[in-house]
Amino acid sequence: MANKKNLNFKQKYGFSMPKSYLFRAKKGLNKQIVESISKMKNEPSWMLDFRLKSLEIFYKKTMPTWGADLSKINFDDIYYYIKPVESQAKSWADLPSEIKDTYDRLGIPKAEKDYLSGVNAQYDSEVVYESVNKHLEKLGVIFCDMDTALKKYSKIVKEYFGTLIPAHDNKFAALNSAVWSGGSFVYVPKGIKVKMPLQAYFRINSDKFGQFERTLIIAEEGSDVHYVEGCTAPVYSSSSLHAAVVEIFVKKKAKVRYTTVQNWSSNVYNLVTKRAKAEEDAVMEWVDCNIGSCVTMKYPSIYLNGKRARGEVLSMAYAAKGQHQDAGAKIFHFAQDTTSRIISKSISRDGGRTSYRGLVQVRPGAKKSTVFVSCDALILDEKSRSDTYPTMLVKESDTHIQHEATVEKLGEDKLFYMMSRGLSRYESESMLVNGFIEPITKEIPLEYSVEMNRLIRLEMTGSVG
Amino acid sequence: MLKISNLTVSVGKKTIVDDFSYNFEKGKIYAIMGPNGSGKSTLAFSIIGHPTYKLASKSKIMLDGKNITKLETHKRVKQGVFLTFQSPQELTGVSVYQLLRVAKDGVKDIIKMFAEVKKLAQELHISEDLLTRGLNQSASGGERKKLEVLQAIILDKKVIIFDEIDTGIDVDSLRTITKVLNKYKKDKTFILITHYNRVLKYLKPDKVLVLINGKLKKSGGHKLADLIEKQGYKNFKDNGK
Repeated sequence: MANKKNLNFKQKYGFSMPKSYLFRAKKGLNKQIVESISKMKNEPSWMLDFRLKSLEIFYKKTMPTWGADLSKINFDDIYYYIKPVESQAKSWADLPSEIKDTYDRLGIPKAEKDYLSGVNAQYDSEVVYESVNKHLEKLGVIFCDMDTALKKYSKIVKEYFGTLIPAHDNKFAALNSAVWSGGSFVYVPKGIKVKMPLQAYFRINSDKFGQFERTLIIAEEGSDVHYVEGCTAPVYSSSSLHAAVVEIFVKKKAKVRYTTVQNWSSNVYNLVTKRAKAEEDAVMEWVDCNIGSCVTMKYPSIYLNGKRARGEVLSMAYAAKGQHQDAGAKIFHFAQDTTSRIISKSISRDGGRTSYRGLVQVRPGAKKSTVFVSCDALILDEKSRSDTYPTMLVKESDTHIQHEATVEKLGEDKLFYMMSRGLSRYESESMLVNGFIEPITKEIPLEYSVEMNRLIRLEMTGSVG
Repeated sequence: MLKISNLTVSVGKKTIVDDFSYNFEKGKIYAIMGPNGSGKSTLAFSIIGHPTYKLASKSKIMLDGKNITKLETHKRVKQGVFLTFQSPQELTGVSVYQLLRVAKDGVKDIIKMFAEVKKLAQELHISEDLLTRGLNQSASGGERKKLEVLQAIILDKKVIIFDEIDTGIDVDSLRTITKVLNKYKKDKTFILITHYNRVLKYLKPDKVLVLINGKLKKSGGHKLADLIEKQGYKNFKDNGK
C-alpha cells in the first residue's frame, strides 16, 4: 500500500536531479552566513543591515507554541543559501539541460509553452529562468525575481519591503528577513489590468535546504492582477524548511488575487507569512490550497484599511498520514463599509490532522462592516482529526457578522449509493472529496484545478489500493 | 435473467428475508408488493450487495448465468443489475453528468452520452439546472425519483429494480416516469417494489409477487394487485399463520 503510493509520488515528484552548485553556504545560521549571502548578491548596504537586524530578532523570538508541533525543526541542520547556476538564463533554450529536465518531468514546459514567457520559475533559491513577456513590458508591468528587483528597482523595493510584515512579526518572518533569497516582484502601474495570470513555479531540490523566498506585489490605483504560485517538491528523507514571506499592497480601487497550489513533499515544514493591505474600494483575494508538507502553518491575512475595501480568503487543506495542516485566515476591518469573506474547506484522512485557525477583527469605527466566515471539515476515517479555532473580536456594534461551521464524515450511505451506480469505493471517495472542495477548485485556473483533482485522486489511491 | 435461490437475509439475529427463491425473466415486468416491513427493500439491497445485510450460506443470486452472490456492489452493477433508491442520497459538488461519466467507465463518446442524458432529461421533464448542480441537491422528492430513472436508463442495465419509484411524487410525475419506462422496457427485466396499485396501472406487470414477513407468499398476474388494492394484505398474513 505505502509502496504503491511512494511509487506514484516518486514518478511524478520524487526525483532529484544531480546537484551542481556554484556556491553553497555551510549548514547552520550565523552572522557570517547572512553577510556572505548579502555579499554574493551584491546587495545595497541597507539590505545587509536589514538582514542583520532581522537575524538578531530571529534569535530573540521564541518558537510559536500555539499551533502545530514544530519541535523537530533543527535550525543548525539547514543550508540557508545555495546558488545553483552562474547567472539567470535569458530564455528557455539557455537553461542548463538538467534544469530543463526537471521542468520536463514536472510536465510544465509542453503544456505551458504559451505561458512560458510569463513564467518565472525558481530552481532552488535562485531564479534561473525568467523571460518577461513583452506585452507586460509594454504595459509597464514589472514581473521579475526579487533579487533582480533589488538591483534594478531598489527605490520601490526599499519603500515597501518589510513594511507590511516586519521582521519582528514572528520568528519565521524574522528568519526569512535574514536569509531570504528569490521570490517574485510584481509592480502594476496605475490603471493597468493584467489579463493573463502571472505564474511562478517553486521547487526545493536540495536536501535539508530551506527555501526562503520573498514576494512583493504592488498594485497601483485601479490596477488588476492575478498571481499564481504552484509548488511541487521532490521527496527527501530529512526535514526541509520553507519559510516564505509575501507582502501585497493593493491601492485604491485595485484588485489583486493571489493563488497558491502547494504540494510540498511530506518532509517539508511550510511556515509562510502572507499579508495584504487593501485601500479604499480595493479588492484582495487569497486562494490558498495546501496539499503537501508535514506541517503547514499559514494564515493569509488582509488589512482592510480603506473604506469599502473587500477581502476574501478561500482556503483548502488536505492532510493525510503524518500531516498537520494548520491553515486559515486573518482579516482586520479598520474602515467603514468593509467586507470580508472566509471560506475554508479541509479534508483529513488516514490519521491526518487539519485545523482551521481564523481571526477576524472589527476595529472601533469600522461601521457597517460585513463579515462572513464558513468552515467545513470533511473527515474520512476514525483515525483522522479536524479542529476549528475561530476567533472574532468585534469592537464595533454596527456590523453584520455571520459564521457557519460544519463537520462532515464521509458517510457509508453516500459511498454505497455511488457504488450502486457502478463506481468503486475509491472512485466514490475521490469524487466526493473533489465535490467537497469544488467551491475552491472552481476559483483556481483550470490547469491547476485539473492537477489538484488528479493529486487528490493520487493521494487517495495510497490507502485504498 | 435474475435467478434468486434460497435467499435468506439477516441483520444481527433478525431474519428479514426468509428463503426467497424466484426466477425473473428477460423482457418482463414484475411487481413485488407487501406491507411495510415485509422485507421488500432489504431484498432489493441484498441483490445489489449492501454490506449491512448478511446472507445465509445457501443463498444464491445468479445474473445472466453468472453467480454474483459474493461480488462487491459495483462489480454486480457492472454485471448488469441496477437499483433506483427509495431515498436517493444528495451528493455535494458531484453532478449527474460527472457521476455517469465515471459510472460509464470506458464509454467512447462522452459528448454523445451527455447529449443522450440531456434528451432523456427533457423527456422526464428534468430541468437543466438539476443536471449541473450536485446530484439531488435541493431537489424535490419527484425530481429525485426522475433522476434515478434517468441514471437507470443511461446506465442501461439488464435488470432494473425500482424501489418505491411511486412514493412521494404527484400523478403528473408518475405519468411522465412510467411513460418513459414503457418506452425503454424492451428486453429489460423491471422489478417494481411498491405498496400501491397506482403505478401498476401505468406500467403493467406480467407478474405480481407478494412478500409477507420476508417470505414469498403468493405470485400471480396483475389481477392480484387489484385484489390487494381492495382487500389489503390481511388475507395473506392470515394464510401465513
